Formats: sequence, structure tokens, C-alpha cells
Amino acid sequence: MVDAYIRVNDLSFFRGDRAIYENVSLTIPKGKITAVMGPSGTGKTTLLRLIAAQLVPNAGTIFVDGKNVHALSRSELYKVRKKMGMLFQSGALFTDMSVAENVAFPMEEHTKLSAKEIAAIVSDKLHSVGLRGAAKMMPAELSGGMARRVALARAIALDPELVMYDEPFTGQDPISKGVLVKLIRQLNDSANITSVLVSHDVKESLSIADHVCILAGGRVIAEGSAEEIRASADPQVRQFLNGEPDGPVPFHYPEDNDVDDIGDNDGPISVASKSNKDGAVQ
Amino acid sequence: MKAIISLGAWLFNWLEAVGRAGIFLVQSVCRLPVRFGESVNLLVKQLYSVGVLSLVIILVSGAFIGMVLSLQGYSILAKFGSEEAVGQLLALSLLRELSPVVTALLFAGRAGSSLTAEIGLMKATEQLSSYEMMGVDPLRRVIAPRFIAGVICLPLLSLIFSASGILGGQLVSVGWLGVYDGAFWSSMQQSVHFDTDIMNGVIKAVCFAVVVTWIAVYQGYECVPTSEGIGKATTRTVVLSSLAILALDFVLTAAMFGDF
Repeated sequence: MVDAYIRVNDLSFFRGDRAIYENVSLTIPKGKITAVMGPSGTGKTTLLRLIAAQLVPNAGTIFVDGKNVHALSRSELYKVRKKMGMLFQSGALFTDMSVAENVAFPMEEHTKLSAKEIAAIVSDKLHSVGLRGAAKMMPAELSGGMARRVALARAIALDPELVMYDEPFTGQDPISKGVLVKLIRQLNDSANITSVLVSHDVKESLSIADHVCILAGGRVIAEGSAEEIRASADPQVRQFLNGEPDGPVPFHYPEDNDVDDIGDNDGPISVASKSNKDGAVQ
Repeated sequence: MKAIISLGAWLFNWLEAVGRAGIFLVQSVCRLPVRFGESVNLLVKQLYSVGVLSLVIILVSGAFIGMVLSLQGYSILAKFGSEEAVGQLLALSLLRELSPVVTALLFAGRAGSSLTAEIGLMKATEQLSSYEMMGVDPLRRVIAPRFIAGVICLPLLSLIFSASGILGGQLVSVGWLGVYDGAFWSSMQQSVHFDTDIMNGVIKAVCFAVVVTWIAVYQGYECVPTSEGIGKATTRTVVLSSLAILALDFVLTAAMFGDF
């Protein structure tokens, strides 16, 4: 097996009394595309936020490139984050800046490049996502697919070692999905990036992933190459891949509400210190 | 017994919230900017949106309040035959009390609410997370320029409010009610003192500015990032700011003018 870029050891994370993860361990190999899949609300986005140390786990450790991200000081953490790019579900473009300014922003913040050099890189990155012509547009003028591609250009502006994609295919038309699949593959291979893809779009994810993890109910229920996953006999995996309405994951929501596989998009996550109760940093 | 427990719990939560807001304020103001030029740009942008765009409402409200004060003051002062004192009445009530308070209330409604909504929406659209992921502190980048701009703008707006109010009052009392122009201005000149009246008004405005902007940015940053959460946070900004302004005004007035 190739080197692991990210190693998650015995991770447990609770939101209130609800366990999002319990003793989860997984590895993300270096230089490959890893797809983390699972039904909505299994805490896939939470996993990315834990890796980026925007949230702190209740137990367990996460090593990124050999460093325990939750034991780093604030400035060390910010240094590690510079090596990470993240594509948010909503794109999260800065609405008060043009497309080109958005892509230039991380470089202006973190490098000493001249304006001319930055402009050249911006135009190069926008070209690689096919949007050099849109450089002067504002985020509000872009379609959803274009916004996500601009966000991708911004995420790779600093040539990160790790790019995390949060539901890149959700809400995209088939053509945009195809474009994104191609871009993710291309970027991963041309720049030797480690990619983590969080998604529940089975077809697209399996088509590009080198390594797949399937999460359900706070556990990893399957891990392996795309072929191994496709060949899996596990009924829960089969239900997820084939989209069967009833099976090990019941159609009816349990009436005593005693489940732990709900909601990772259900509340104030990250940024604010308010979520300190949940273990967020900052 | 239960009432005491819940009162205690409420007080505890309240103290915790105030503490968190305090840490938040210190963190956002004390982190030094990395690039000076860019910080100036951000600040200028906020000065424009918080200050310049509030000018119209401040000028118009100031003029009307000055006009109403003159009318009311004149009708009473005329009974004692001292309608010239309307200049003094106008200037003192505006500079000491009405300008800082009304400006701060208008500012909370005009600029405070929009700050909360803007920051809340940034949170909801993951822009704040996005700054963090890029290793850029959102407190320094988003909160600090807005807070500083608010603290700079409100005292200036309050002075502009006074000026506009005095001119509006002069228009009514001199132009319409026929108060002698020279007496109007000289009664004002005699009674207004720079350090006790003008400066105390400015100090009040600075205090209100800190409180209002602090509440606005904190509510935005801490809001629940949904449309409902942003709506509630915006309402809370206006309500809390208004109450804080009025309560603080009493305390400040007692401290400044209370010893007879």
C-alpha cells in the first residue's frame, strides 16, 4: 500500500449526545483520489472539517502529512492549512470580489509575488478550469457549475498538497458533473495532489476514485478500490450503491429517534467560537 | 426555589455570553494586520458603507429634530418672553443628548442591522469557513475593519447630526417664527462650552459606537447560519443596541452632568 497522507485513528465525534463517529479509523493514500461516500447526514462534511481542524474530535487523532492537526498551535495550524485546498459545497466565493480577485486572494495573502506574477497565475488557474473568459465577472453572475469551477481554481491557487471536495457534484447538471469529474482527475494527476472527495453521487465518485470509503451509522462499512466496492456483497453497501429504498437502512425513520446517523448540515458548524461546546477551534 | 435556580442559570448564561463577546472583541481588534495597505483598503470600503451611506438619514433626521425642537421650545419660551433662548435650548439639547442618542439609534437600525445580516450571510455561505481554510483569520479580515469603521463613523455622524439639527432649528425659529438672528446665535455661543457640552457629547457617541458595532458584528458572527437565524440575529442587533444605548445614556449622563 502507498503512503498514507491522512491517517484517522479511533476517531469519535459527538454533536450533543449524538455520536457522529464512533471509533472510526481510515487512511487516505497519498497522491490518489479517495472518495468518502455515504447517505446524507452520515457526517461526511464533518469529517472534512475534522481533518481541517475546524472541529476538534472528542477522542482519537488525525494525522495529516505526519502531523497531529489537533495538537498544533494556531499559527502552525494555519501553516498546515495553506497546504490544503477545500472546495465548499456552496463554492463559498467571496461575493464582494470578482472571479479573478477571488482566485488571486490566497496568493495575495500568503505569497510575496508581484501583482503581475499573481495575474499570470490567476489566468493560468482559470484557464485550467476553462473559465479564463469569466475573470472579470462577479460571483453573482455565475451559474452554479461555473461558481464551483472558480472555487476549484481558488482552492488550487497555492498549489496545495491536499484538496478536499465537499459534495462537488450536488446540484450540478450532467454536463457540469462531467466537467468536474474530468477536472478533479486531471488536477490530481498533473500536480500529484492528494484528493479527498465527499459525495453521495455513486456513479461519478466511483468513476474517478482510486480508493473508496463508505460510511454509515458512524462507522466505516466498506473500504477498498472502486472495483472491490462494486463487487461487495455487504447488503448495506449494495443498498447504497443501487439506491434501494428499503433494506438494512430502513425506509421508515425510527420512531424513538434513537439513531446516530442524522445531520451533519443541521446546525452552526465551525467558524464561530459558539460551537466550542461541540469542540470547535477558534 | 425553581425560580431562583432558573434566574441563576440565566445569569450564568448571560455572563458567559458577555465573556465570549468580550474575548471576540479583543481578538478581532488586537490581531495586527498582516498587510498594511490592504487593511487600509478594507477599512475605507467599510467607512463608505457604514458611514457615508448613513449620511442621508442622519442629515434629514437631524434637520427635522432641530425644526421640531425649535417649534416646541419657542412656544414655551415665548410665554416668558425669552424666545431668543431658543438657540441655547436647541444647541444644548442636541449636543448633550439628542445627537449621540438618536444618531446611535438610527445607526443601529441602518448600519448595525446590515452589518449583522452581511456577516451572517457570509457565515451561511461558508465564506467565513473559507477564509479559515485559506489560513486567513476571519476576525482580522472581516470583523476588525467593520468594527473600527463603526467606531470612527458614529461620533462623526453625531456631530453632523448636531450641525444639521441646529441649521434646521435656525431655519424654523429665525426664518419662520421671527426670532432675531443675532440673539439666536449669541445665546448659543454664550451657553455652549467646548469641553463640557461638545466633548461630553462626543464621548457619549464614542461609547455608543463601541457598543452598537460590537453587538452588530458579534450577532452576525455568532448567528445560526440559516435564513431564520440571520433574521433573528438582525432583530436582536437592533433591540439589544437600542436598549444598551438608552441604558448607557442614563449612566453616562449621570456621570457627566449628575453633580449639581
